[in-house]
Amino acid sequence: MDVKAVRGFVGNKLTFDDVSAKDGMKIASEMAPEDVLAIVGASGLRGRGGAGFPAGKKWEFARSQPGTPKYIIGNADEGEPGTFKDRLILTDHPELVFAGMAIAGRAVGAEFGILYLRAEYGWLREHLENALDACRAAKLLGKDILGTTGFDFDISIRMGAGAYICGEETALLESLEGRRGDARNRIPFPVQAGYLGKPTVVNNVETLAWVPCILVKGPSWFAAMGTRKAPGAWLFSVSGDCKRPGIYEYPFGTSLRQILSDVGAENAKAVQVGGASGTCVPPSEFDRTLTPGDLATGGSIIVFGPGQDMFAVAENFQHFFADESCGQCIPCRVGNQRMLEAIQRMRRDGLDEETEHTLRQLATTMNVASKCGLGQMSSRAFISILNNFASELPGRNA
Amino acid sequence: MDAQTNVRTEIEQLARIHGRNRTALMPILQELNRAHNYISEDAMSCVSKVLNVPRAEVYGVATFYSFFSVKPRGKYVIRLCRTVSCAKQGNYHPAIAALLEELGIGFGETTPDGLFTLERTNCSGMCDQGPAMLVNEDVHAHLTEASVRKIVNIYRHKAAERGKLS
Repeated sequence: MDVKAVRGFVGNKLTFDDVSAKDGMKIASEMAPEDVLAIVGASGLRGRGGAGFPAGKKWEFARSQPGTPKYIIGNADEGEPGTFKDRLILTDHPELVFAGMAIAGRAVGAEFGILYLRAEYGWLREHLENALDACRAAKLLGKDILGTTGFDFDISIRMGAGAYICGEETALLESLEGRRGDARNRIPFPVQAGYLGKPTVVNNVETLAWVPCILVKGPSWFAAMGTRKAPGAWLFSVSGDCKRPGIYEYPFGTSLRQILSDVGAENAKAVQVGGASGTCVPPSEFDRTLTPGDLATGGSIIVFGPGQDMFAVAENFQHFFADESCGQCIPCRVGNQRMLEAIQRMRRDGLDEETEHTLRQLATTMNVASKCGLGQMSSRAFISILNNFASELPGRNA
Repeated sequence: MDAQTNVRTEIEQLARIHGRNRTALMPILQELNRAHNYISEDAMSCVSKVLNVPRAEVYGVATFYSFFSVKPRGKYVIRLCRTVSCAKQGNYHPAIAALLEELGIGFGETTPDGLFTLERTNCSGMCDQGPAMLVNEDVHAHLTEASVRKIVNIYRHKAAERGKLS
């Protein structure tokens, strides 16, 4: 399959287009592992999968663990509805992702990397295997990388088999170990006991691709983009009712209104930020900014235009969660099913006060008592739609 | 050779490539699922013996992931994305109607000739180019009433060509 045929539209200039993986690798190979760690730490790079944990800290924890071997996992299980930035990165710049993994390996003291690719992106596999071969031929992977004795790192690709939950890092590890994608309890964290019980770093594809950029352009260049609390820029996946859906790069702290104007969606009725597990934002809040602490996101922006039935949206998302709950804990397994039934009923019959109270309680229970992020986040979309668009339900008038 | 011996030979071969550890379970199931479009009971119990993993756990894994099936499916599995960015496109419902008519089956069913199984899938990551669907491992974007008919016929043609060769 020709992967470039479905590459999609890119709305503005991407930093990744200007950085060579080889330059980043060269700098890392000439540096002591501690210095690589210090640079990534100083840049303030945060995880791009949604949780936003500082990458430097994660690497430091893994480095300080006694167990060997250690592993670097590239999380390419991009499953959050409305997210497709990793698809573009893997299409255009897989070598940046591989360089990020190898540099992480150097910093942490790991020689093995695994890219966990979601089954839905199976069509990218051949393209990625070719890119791996090209990196090996260019001495960017393998033994004594770029002639540096003892800098050994190689990557294999492992496939998912269709499970949203496997984007959660501990479920991903279970899947790699040949198990159902049931999220694990933490502690221990993967940096302590991850893949096969060994210290493991799991980083998102985009996080990894930023690493060689930071080495080439310097941590202060990176930190100067974005805000003080959240340095750097970010790739956003924009879809839905807009004129120019596609991938856009913005520094942290950019307002939602700015993005809507760039993508041609000034008349939006609502915007779902952060995918199915994110928040539905009404027009009165379009001046909010995309940054941890305000609208945190894994980069998914879905625009809803005038006329969109917002409870149909809630139903679609709820269907997603009822389907994707792994089933191991009750609040999530039963809660999501009950929530789906309730949304279907209220679209037909409306919602009385007592039922609304019960549903809000159920949402809180799922949020508090679910084992992992899936169940903890799954009621957010519905609750924000209920808070902002309840007047659309039958029997209610604005 | 009977069918069971065939399965055993095949799985032994896969174990030589992927190893006999538990970590080989997913890759082996993926290869079986890809080769036969499903994972048979014989295959599961053979994998259980070869990898020394309890049968119940092999079954547990084979039934957890949505791309695996323990029931026979068509040669081409069509997975239509049902998540919101695809489902809200104007072409979504016309494309589905055309697909159902062209194939003559509903979701979850397989065509009598064994060529196609039709399923829905959650977000396939083609939100900017929806509606989208996967056919086995190929992705098809910007679906319309006309394009889905064309796509189905391309795979029909492919299968017929392969039939001639074998």
